[in-house]
Amino acid sequence: MLKIKNIGKNFGGVKAVDDLSFNVDKGEIVGLIGPNGSGKSTTINLICGVFPVDFGNISVNEQNISSLPTHERVASGISRTFQNIRLFKDLSVWQNIWVALQQDSDQSSGWMREWFGNSKLQKEKIKEILVFSGLGDRFDDLAGNLSFGEQRRLELARAIASKPKLILLDEPAAGMNSDEVADLRQRILDLKKLGLTVLLVEHVMELVMNVVDRIVVLNFGKKIAEGSPENIQNNKDVQKAYLGGA
Amino acid sequence: MEYYFGILQNIGFHTLLGLSAYLLLLTGQLSMAQVGFFAIGAYASGILTVIYGINIFLALGVGAIIASFFAFLVGFPALRIKGLMLVIATIAFSEIVRLYFFNLRWLVEKDGVEVGPDGAQGFREIRYFAANGWEPSHIVSFIWIVVILVLFALWWLDRVKAGSVLRAVGEDELAAQSSGINLTVVKVSAMTGGGFIAGIAGGLYAHSTTYVDHNSFTILLATFAVAYPILGGLKNVFGTLFAVIFIQGILIEGLRFLGDYRNLLFGLLIILVMNFYPKGLINIPIFNWSKLFKRRDL
Repeated sequence: MLKIKNIGKNFGGVKAVDDLSFNVDKGEIVGLIGPNGSGKSTTINLICGVFPVDFGNISVNEQNISSLPTHERVASGISRTFQNIRLFKDLSVWQNIWVALQQDSDQSSGWMREWFGNSKLQKEKIKEILVFSGLGDRFDDLAGNLSFGEQRRLELARAIASKPKLILLDEPAAGMNSDEVADLRQRILDLKKLGLTVLLVEHVMELVMNVVDRIVVLNFGKKIAEGSPENIQNNKDVQKAYLGGA
Repeated sequence: MEYYFGILQNIGFHTLLGLSAYLLLLTGQLSMAQVGFFAIGAYASGILTVIYGINIFLALGVGAIIASFFAFLVGFPALRIKGLMLVIATIAFSEIVRLYFFNLRWLVEKDGVEVGPDGAQGFREIRYFAANGWEPSHIVSFIWIVVILVLFALWWLDRVKAGSVLRAVGEDELAAQSSGINLTVVKVSAMTGGGFIAGIAGGLYAHSTTYVDHNSFTILLATFAVAYPILGGLKNVFGTLFAVIFIQGILIEGLRFLGDYRNLLFGLLIILVMNFYPKGLINIPIFNWSKLFKRRDL
């Protein structure tokens, strides 16, 4: 469903992403790994449209999204979480979800009702999403008052609220202990059960190796390997890239 | 009595100006253009009642729409700049507006007298209220009905999705975009709405003072407009109202007996408030009764 074809991005002469191509199929969990500075986050940002690609193109479900602004990419079914948690901290937990909640396409009530209408109808849906994310009891709290783990879960819940088909997770396990990582693994598998496609950028191998169907390895902005977790663990190039061997 | 009516009127205009800046601050835009929109509203509605003899309500509405149209235009370039750059660009806008009115001469003879904007001489004889038999108490009531309507509208905004979206954009633009929010629509709408409120305030100001000139619309006033919501806090609209009463009612009027020392105390009090209550006056315990107005749903 996600097709990335020969994309590239330069930052002042540095090739952050260089001629990168890979696909993610529907319902698949794909891991994107690589040493620090290998272009993983840049790839996520290119897919979301934080900055435009210099060349190449990105398509979702055969629709070319390379030149769409970020919010339109969300509408076409992509959502994400951030490496450093970016919640609306002065809004309450439910409002964080409310902001991202997309209007049902079958509900032709118009934008006036959407933006200025009563919140009662939408609160049911918000509650459902929060319960699914294990935050049912934090409905009214300020997002900034949540614990670190809860903030990560809320960010994931907000990403689900925009009804994505593809969800990009940018280092969701950063700073988590192993219990929290186990919980996160279960949550990612739950996303798969819902029929979502997941692209996971992660350093925590304990998570990556136990959840993904396939791995893409980057180094210096180029793809150096692609395959199942077992194949990647035994790949000489990957070992070299991580261990810095000659 | 006249004196107190004067203070009440003044607090009314300043509250409206502060609320117009509050709406923009919710989206993270610090705009010094509010005084420009205020001036456009003042001159436009003044010209409508004086030269065209139009009814005050219609004139205020049209003046506010003209001001919001200019705000809409300012909104687009403002999208690309933030923080200090936006402050400077909007100061430039307000100065352009001020200098335009400084040079605007549009005199028309009515009943043997020349009326209308007269350049540096200002725009005199905006006497709709006196000519139509409005008492000072009517004028004050009218101004405060408008203030209360705007306060209510902005308070209500926080109870619908649009309010949360404005605040989301103000907190984190990237996260807001990544949640599917169109930044252009949100920021330009806030600018347009802010221009509308400032435009009404300008119209009310011109008609109740009966005289405006370019000196009424300096950057000092723009500074006050953004100072109110910042000092009052962005938690809800009442912070801005408290800040206007605090500055205009207590510091400027209440401390008049101190003479020149007033200015020293003025600065000191603002520094103290910002140090102890960086999130605004609304968080001072004596204002806790504002919890009465807090969102209580669910």
